[in-house]
Amino acid sequence: MNPATENSLAARSREARAALDAHVREMVAWHFSPETGCPFWLDYAAKLSFDPRERIQGFDDLKHLGHFEDEWLRGGPVRRWLPKGLEGEPLYAFETGGSTGLPKTRLNILDFRIDYSQFSETLSDETFPKDSDWLMLGPSGPRRLRLAIEHLAQVRGGIAFHVDLDPRWVNKLVKAGKHQDMEDYKEHVIDQGLKILRGHDNVKCLFTTPKLLESLCEKISLPKAGITGIFCGGTEMNAQFHRFAREELVPGVDFVPTYGNTLMGLACSKPFDPETKDYTITYYPPHPRAVFELVDPDDPERVVEYGETGRVMLTTLTKDFFMPRFLERDEGERAEPIDPYPWDGVANLRLFTRFEESVVVGVY
Amino acid sequence: MPHISPGSHLPRIPHIPHLPILRAGKAYRSLSTKVLDNLATGEPVAEISQANSGLIAKDLAEIGRARHDLESLTTRELVAISKKAGELFATTDLPLGGATQSADDYVVQTSATTGLPQVMVRANMAKIRFVLEEMETVLGGLTRGLDLEILDRGFGTQDGRMVSYRRETDALGAVLPSNSPGVHSLWLPAIPLKTALVLRPGSREPWTPLRIAQAFIAAGCPESAFHYYPSDHAGAQQILLRTRRSMLYGDRATVDPWRSNPGVQIHGPGWSKVVFGADAAERWPDHLDLMVASVADNGGRSCINASGIWTPSHGRAIADAIARKFAEIEALALDHPEARLAAFPSRKAAESLSHVIDSQLAQGGAEDMTARHRGDANRVAEAGGCWFVLPTVIFCEDPNHPLASAEYLFPFVSVVEVPQDELLHKMGPSLVVTGLTEDPNFRRELLTATNVERLNLGASGARGAGAAIPTSKIAWDQPHEGNLFEHLYRQRSFQGVA
Repeated sequence: MNPATENSLAARSREARAALDAHVREMVAWHFSPETGCPFWLDYAAKLSFDPRERIQGFDDLKHLGHFEDEWLRGGPVRRWLPKGLEGEPLYAFETGGSTGLPKTRLNILDFRIDYSQFSETLSDETFPKDSDWLMLGPSGPRRLRLAIEHLAQVRGGIAFHVDLDPRWVNKLVKAGKHQDMEDYKEHVIDQGLKILRGHDNVKCLFTTPKLLESLCEKISLPKAGITGIFCGGTEMNAQFHRFAREELVPGVDFVPTYGNTLMGLACSKPFDPETKDYTITYYPPHPRAVFELVDPDDPERVVEYGETGRVMLTTLTKDFFMPRFLERDEGERAEPIDPYPWDGVANLRLFTRFEESVVVGVY
Repeated sequence: MPHISPGSHLPRIPHIPHLPILRAGKAYRSLSTKVLDNLATGEPVAEISQANSGLIAKDLAEIGRARHDLESLTTRELVAISKKAGELFATTDLPLGGATQSADDYVVQTSATTGLPQVMVRANMAKIRFVLEEMETVLGGLTRGLDLEILDRGFGTQDGRMVSYRRETDALGAVLPSNSPGVHSLWLPAIPLKTALVLRPGSREPWTPLRIAQAFIAAGCPESAFHYYPSDHAGAQQILLRTRRSMLYGDRATVDPWRSNPGVQIHGPGWSKVVFGADAAERWPDHLDLMVASVADNGGRSCINASGIWTPSHGRAIADAIARKFAEIEALALDHPEARLAAFPSRKAAESLSHVIDSQLAQGGAEDMTARHRGDANRVAEAGGCWFVLPTVIFCEDPNHPLASAEYLFPFVSVVEVPQDELLHKMGPSLVVTGLTEDPNFRRELLTATNVERLNLGASGARGAGAAIPTSKIAWDQPHEGNLFEHLYRQRSFQGVA
């Protein structure tokens, strides 16, 4: 990086930080004002010894609110999350997981449209052509992704074709060790996708998960089927998969890895440079609507150094949803700001190691 | 696992060997790696490329090519290649990720990551060499003396009868364990049986399958016959689903979901046993060394090690005598020539297992007979930087006690006293049974017991204890948990006009 670029990037990072602090003040004012806030946060504030609108003047001050707990989202009444300022708007309830007990529910009003409209701006019009249609080969049901991809297609002038895919059934099959049934179900999903690709010539864009992309590519050459852009996400993806996808699965097709979830929105990845062939996947959140911090797992108040491994701490700051400092089930390396995204990112995102099995005692 | 760390995000470690993936024999370096540490020092020993499941699936879709390469050679030529591979495996420098690995390197590296003492790795290396060099005899056992040219022609006359065999798969998948290298002997006959190999090594023992593949390739076997995919569970699942015939090693939770799949040959827990008839139990001291060997050979790491001694009488005396012998076995460093115990992955793993045993003892009805002979020593011991669980013998008064059917990865055995007429029914499934009796009725019961896989039928002592065979002694020309030839080939009806 030359000094001029560096200075420019540093200046843009400072601007981004200032914008974030201003956005935090705006969002705290929104969520903690009786005129606009939701019952949950107003009740929460009532138990505090301070008024968040006075105490929280920038991003760093969010620490006074502790850590958001996603267990708060399990069950109802779901309207306790509805900001008064958005009453009257159409409501969506999106769910996560759901394989055990009550699923966690997140109320969504405007966010999925804003997030995916913004994401649309990052896509190439050459490889994700406007007015072309999409195949959404991903989860259906009460998932944010299902509507979000449809909105993305619509924003770009296209139609999204969908399949039926119930990830909760897949989870049950996995837990029961029904490997063959799982394969059969995957075939069933792929068959639906193939029919759409064969029946609709204008489908040029694809959303899918890594595993479904692998399975689809066993059945069909996506470039030959007219696919020019693939937006891939939904589950963990590492550098090896990224390389395998570009080199062997879909060479020549624009491959865009993303990281998203119901609680945050959609993080974009660092653009791939065919010169360096660095397949490391580094995600940058949609600042200032969401922020990644990489923190010391033993001391979440300490942000780790660049390049150091940390646990992902996620903050969402939108009018729909206020989620300060949620400790995610993921870890990765803290990544430096880059030109298109002058704020912190996370590289090599993966499941938090401490949640993996620690001791195996058995015959093998 | 404390000694295996995800490495894809780590800087490359320059001075340790890198074990690549083999895709039809061609080395492929993955961006996803794992680093294996030396159990004694914690130092990194190897970086291992990890295959993503899609890569495995893509390769397996194209695996038919390997069949043509193997079919270009006769079975006899492949037997000769196996023989040469045996020699190379045990003696020569072979490729290892851009560098080479000597036989001594192999022994030291395998010991360092698996915890098996070097002297035992060397003994296992000799077993593998033996099976490769004696491949013709091994095939004779598996095929019951079939003229091997019949496999080349597809049909022929054997003992005056027309026979024809059809191979059921292009490739044998093998999801392998980390406990002991000798186990790899079981899939070696696949190559002379003209079946490509798709190997997913155990996480701590990536060394042996790769070295065997390199030995075969160096001996002249087509490299397209070897696929080597260190991977996670998803990768293993791809192998089991996509090869029409496979072998799966694992604990009960791993293998149970695959039991109903006839294409998957299951190698689960062994629960091997020494079984006394009432007649032989009276002369139990004659068999003390056999019992100790059955339990403690190879560090007690194998599925063929006895985890139970079932007897109609003298149970407590038998347990006490074994306990005295066990108390003499001490934890030694992995490079010690007298080492008889294998190390656990960590102190925590060793102590956790010991704690499990203590918890089960606390239920009552079972006694750790070794405790009194061990003196002040704890069941968990350290030597040479590694952690061990010392040999343990339990006397169980109740055949339903959880320790009566326990199997652990160290010399551990429960002596269970049960009347002879209830014994075979109550002892449960057993991979190997060394049956000690001359009672013709009990011998017949042993021969017809459907819960006994391998049977070593021995004398009661009247003809001398030397006539009995420990559970841990394997005849390689006998089938093991299913016959590999029958797994790979099917006898078909055939009529031909000359």
